[in-house]
Amino acid sequence: MTDRTMFDLKPTDPKPADDKYLSHLELGEPDKTFLDTNELVINMGPQHPATHGVLRVILKLDGEKVLGTECVIGYLHRGVEKIAENRTYTMFNPYVDRMDYVAAVSNGLGYCEAVEKLLNIEAPPRAKYIRVILTELNRLASHQLWLGTHALDIGAMTPLFYTFRDREEILKIFEKYCGARLTTHAFRIGGCQYETYEGFERDVIKFLDFVPPKIDEYEELLTTNRIWLERTKNVGVISRADAIALGVTGPVLRASGVKWDLRKAQPYAAYSDFDFEIPIGANGDTYDRYTVRMEEMRQSLRIIRQAVEKIPEGPIMAKVPKVMKPPVGEIYHSIEAPKGELGYFIVSDGSTQPYRVRIRPPSFVNLQALDIMVRGALVADVIAVIGTLDIVLGEVDR
Amino acid sequence: MIAKLKGQYGSGICGANTYLGQNYMVVDPSIVSDLLQILRNREQFDYCVDITAVHYPEREKQFDVLWILYSFSKNERIRVKIMIADGESVPSAVSVWATANWLEREVYDMFGIRFDGHPDLKRILLPDGWKGYPLRKDYGIIQQDQEWVKANLGIESGQ
Amino acid sequence: MLDYITSYLSSNTTPGQAGNVFWALVYIMIVFGGISVAVMAMNWLERKALAHFQIRLGPMRVGPHGLLQPIADAIKLMTKEDIVPAEADKFVFWIAPLIILCASFAVYIVVPFGPTHAITDLNIGILFMLGVSSLSVLGVVMAGWASNSHYPLIGALRSSAQMVSYEVAMGLAVVSAIVMTSLHGLGPYGVGVGTSGTGTLSMIGIVQAQQEQHVWFLFKFFPLGFIAFGIFAIAMVAETNRAPFDLPEAESELTAGFHTEYSGLRWSLFMLGEYAAMIAVSSIAVTLWLGGWYRPFPNTLTGDTWDLVFSLFPGLTFLALAAIAFVGVRRMPKHPYFRVQTIGLAGFGAVLGLIGLILFVPPVRDRIQDIYWFIAKVAGFMYLYIWYRATFPRYRFDQLMKVGWKVLLPIGIGVLILTAILGVVL
Repeated sequence: MTDRTMFDLKPTDPKPADDKYLSHLELGEPDKTFLDTNELVINMGPQHPATHGVLRVILKLDGEKVLGTECVIGYLHRGVEKIAENRTYTMFNPYVDRMDYVAAVSNGLGYCEAVEKLLNIEAPPRAKYIRVILTELNRLASHQLWLGTHALDIGAMTPLFYTFRDREEILKIFEKYCGARLTTHAFRIGGCQYETYEGFERDVIKFLDFVPPKIDEYEELLTTNRIWLERTKNVGVISRADAIALGVTGPVLRASGVKWDLRKAQPYAAYSDFDFEIPIGANGDTYDRYTVRMEEMRQSLRIIRQAVEKIPEGPIMAKVPKVMKPPVGEIYHSIEAPKGELGYFIVSDGSTQPYRVRIRPPSFVNLQALDIMVRGALVADVIAVIGTLDIVLGEVDR
Repeated sequence: MIAKLKGQYGSGICGANTYLGQNYMVVDPSIVSDLLQILRNREQFDYCVDITAVHYPEREKQFDVLWILYSFSKNERIRVKIMIADGESVPSAVSVWATANWLEREVYDMFGIRFDGHPDLKRILLPDGWKGYPLRKDYGIIQQDQEWVKANLGIESGQ
Repeated sequence: MLDYITSYLSSNTTPGQAGNVFWALVYIMIVFGGISVAVMAMNWLERKALAHFQIRLGPMRVGPHGLLQPIADAIKLMTKEDIVPAEADKFVFWIAPLIILCASFAVYIVVPFGPTHAITDLNIGILFMLGVSSLSVLGVVMAGWASNSHYPLIGALRSSAQMVSYEVAMGLAVVSAIVMTSLHGLGPYGVGVGTSGTGTLSMIGIVQAQQEQHVWFLFKFFPLGFIAFGIFAIAMVAETNRAPFDLPEAESELTAGFHTEYSGLRWSLFMLGEYAAMIAVSSIAVTLWLGGWYRPFPNTLTGDTWDLVFSLFPGLTFLALAAIAFVGVRRMPKHPYFRVQTIGLAGFGAVLGLIGLILFVPPVRDRIQDIYWFIAKVAGFMYLYIWYRATFPRYRFDQLMKVGWKVLLPIGIGVLILTAILGVVL
C-alpha cells in the first residue's frame, strides 16, 4: 500500500480504501460519508512551509476545530541505529551529529559521555569545561533558531532574521573551533580533540556582551505584543500530569510546572560547578514555553560566563586506548539537550563495534503529545503548537 | 525496594544488579505487566523514559525488551528487562504510561515484537507495507524491501 | 472644439462638474497612469523596506538598488504560462480579477488631489468610494469559487467574511467624520453658532470643511476624532487583507488563499488590485481626517513667508531623494561590473534632482502644492502598511473576527454617539 497523499482523499470519497489506515482517528461507522458528518480530514503533507522538516500531519476537523490528529513520520529515517552496529565507536561519532542537526554539539556530548561511561574513563576537567561552553552555546543557537521559525509560523517575519543573524556569531565560533558550523563533531570519546584556538575566550566573552541586548530585542518584539499573546496564550495547553504521563521533557515539561532539568538532577560534564536557575512556567501553554526558552537562553549565558572565567588548564584528552573495546555490559546515559532528554542506551559485547545503540530522541516523544495538545483547538493553532514543541525531524526519525 | 518486590514475586524477579552505577533488574515475562503497574503506582516511577529491545540471535530467548523508568520524586532511574523468544508478545504499557504508545510502535517496527493491548500497533518509521524488521541481526545493513521499493517508487532498487 | 478644451482651463471646478469630457479623460489617464506607477513604486518600496527591517538588503541587482525590479517582475508575470484549472469555471475565473481591478480603480474618480484636481466631485463622494470598494468582495468570492478547489474556496470565504466585517467598522468611523463636517466652529472643540447641521458627503467638501474649521478632523473633539481615525486605520488594514490580518493569504497556513490557482498575469492583476485598494483607502483616511491636500498648519502659520517655506517642500523632497541617490552612487563598488548600475543610479538621481529644481519654479510651485501634500500623506500610510507587515504576527481568524465585531464595532458606535452629542451640546 502506498503512502496516501492529500490528493487521494477527495472530499467525495465515501470512505477511505483501507479502514485500518485511519483507524486511530475513529472515523465512525463505515457507511457515513465525509459529507454527512460535517467532518473533514485534511492533510498537512510532508512538504509544508511550517512543519520544520518532512512531517505529515493528518487532521480530522469539524469545521475549524481539530478533533484529532495523526502524525506520519519516518520520511527522514536513515537507520542510524542499524548503522551504529556496523561502525566502531569512534567511527559512529559523526553520525550522531546528524540527528538533531540544529544542536549537533549536544548529540555529540551525550554519545561521548555514554561511551566514556562504558569504558569507565572520565574526561579531564579542562575538556569538561570546553564541552560545557560549546554545549551551552549550542543550546543558545538552537533556541534562537526555534524562536525565529516559531515566530515565522505565527506570522511575525522579522524575528527570524534577527535570530539568524545573531546565531551567526555562535556558528563563527564553532567554525573557528572545529571547522564546521552545523554538524560539528566537536568532541571525541575521552575529551576534546582540538585545543581551544587562540582567542577563544576573548571571542566567547565578546559574544556574551553582544547577545543580551539582542535577546531583549526579541522580547521587545514579541513578549508584550498583544497579537502574540492572543496567538500563544492558552494554545496547546498540556497539564502537568499529562506531560509526565506522555514523557515529554525539556522546556515543554518545564513550562507545565515540573522543575526538572537533567543538568541539575543528574549533573554531567562539570554542570555541578555552575550556578544557574531552571525556569518553569505555570500553565503549560505556548506562551509559557516561549518564556521558559527565553529565560533558558539567559541562563545559558550565565553558565558560559562562569565557565569561561573558571576554565582550568590541563590536558584535554584522557588516556583512551586506540582500539576501544568496552567490557560487556549496557549503559543508559542521558543529557539535557535543548529539545529535552536525549538518551543513549549502548549495549557492548566486548568488540570494537557497539552491539546496539539506542537513541532516545526528545523530539520523538514530544511529538506524541501533539495529539493531546491540539484537541479542540483551531487549525491555525496546530502550526503554532508544532512550532512550540521544537521538533527536529532528523531526531524524530533518526 | 528489590527486597519488597522479591518478597512479592519470589522467583519472578530473576535478578537485580548494578552495573556502572545503574540499577537494572531482569524479570520474568509473566509478571511484567503487574510489575510495571506497581513500579508506577507504588514506587512512583511515573516517567517512562524509553522502551527498547535488543536482539541476540544465538540465545534461545532472542529478544531483550527493556523499559527504562525514572522517578521524579526519588531522582532514580531503573531498567526493567525481560527476555522473550521470537514470536512471543509482550503486554503493552500504554495503560500505565501514555508515552509507551509510540515507543512500542517503534520497537514493533524495528524488531517485530508485538505488544498486546496496544491501541494502534502499526509501523511508525518505515512505510506501512514494508516487510522485514530492520534492527534484527539477520537483516542486512543495506537490505531493503525490494518489493515495496519497486511497487511504490518505481525503481529497481534503492541502492 | 478648441474652446471646448480651453474653456475648461478657465473654470474653477473639476472636469466632471464642468461636464468637460475631454479633460475628464485626460485626468483619468493621468490618474490611472499615476496609480499604476504608484503601485510599481509601492512594490519596490515594500521589498526594500521589508528587507531593511529584516537586516538585509532586498533587491539590489536588477537595477541599481533594485529600482528596475518591479519592471522585471511585471515582465516575468506577463510571460508566465497562463494555467487555468481544468475544471474551473472559465468565465468566472477570467472575470474575477477584473472585477477586483475595476472596483479598486473606479474609486479614484472622486479622490481629491486638490480643490479642483479631481476627476469629478460627486456630492456623495465618500459613499461612492465605500460602496465601489466593497465590490471587490464579489471578486474575491468569485475567484475562490472559480478555482474549483477546496482550499481557495475556504480562503476566499474567509477573506470575504473578514472584508465585510471590517467594512461595518469602517463605515461607522466614516460617519463620525461626516458628522463633524456639519459643524462650523473653529478649532478642536468649536461647533459654531448657527450650525446648519448639513454636512457634506463630497470628498472635496469634507476637506474644505476641515479648512473652514481650522482643524484636521483627527484633532476635532479630541480624542474622539483620533479614535475614529484609529478605528478606520485598523479596519482599512483588515479590509485590504494585509498583515496583521492576512491569515487568508498567508503561506504557512493550511488554506492558501483565494488566489492560489491564479498564475502569471492574472495573479498580478490581483496584486495590482490589492495595492490600488490600499492606496484608495489610505486616501479616504487622508481626506477625512488628515486634512486632504492642505499643508500642515494652514491657519496657525499663515502669511506669505510661511506659505513660501511650505511651498519649498516638494522641491526639497526631490532634492533630498536625489542626494540619497548620489550617496548611493558614491557607495557603489568600483568594479567594472557595476559600471552600468552606477551610471543608471546617477542618471536616476539626476532626474530626481531635475524634477526638484523644476518644482522650485514659482508657477509650478504654486500648482503642485496640493497634489504634493496629498501624496505625501498617502505615502506615509503606505509606509505604515509595510511597517505593520514587518512587525506584527498574524491574527488567527477567529480573533480577527472578534476584533472586528466585538472591539471595533462597539467603539465605533460609541465614538459616533459621543461625536453627535458633542456636536449638539457644545
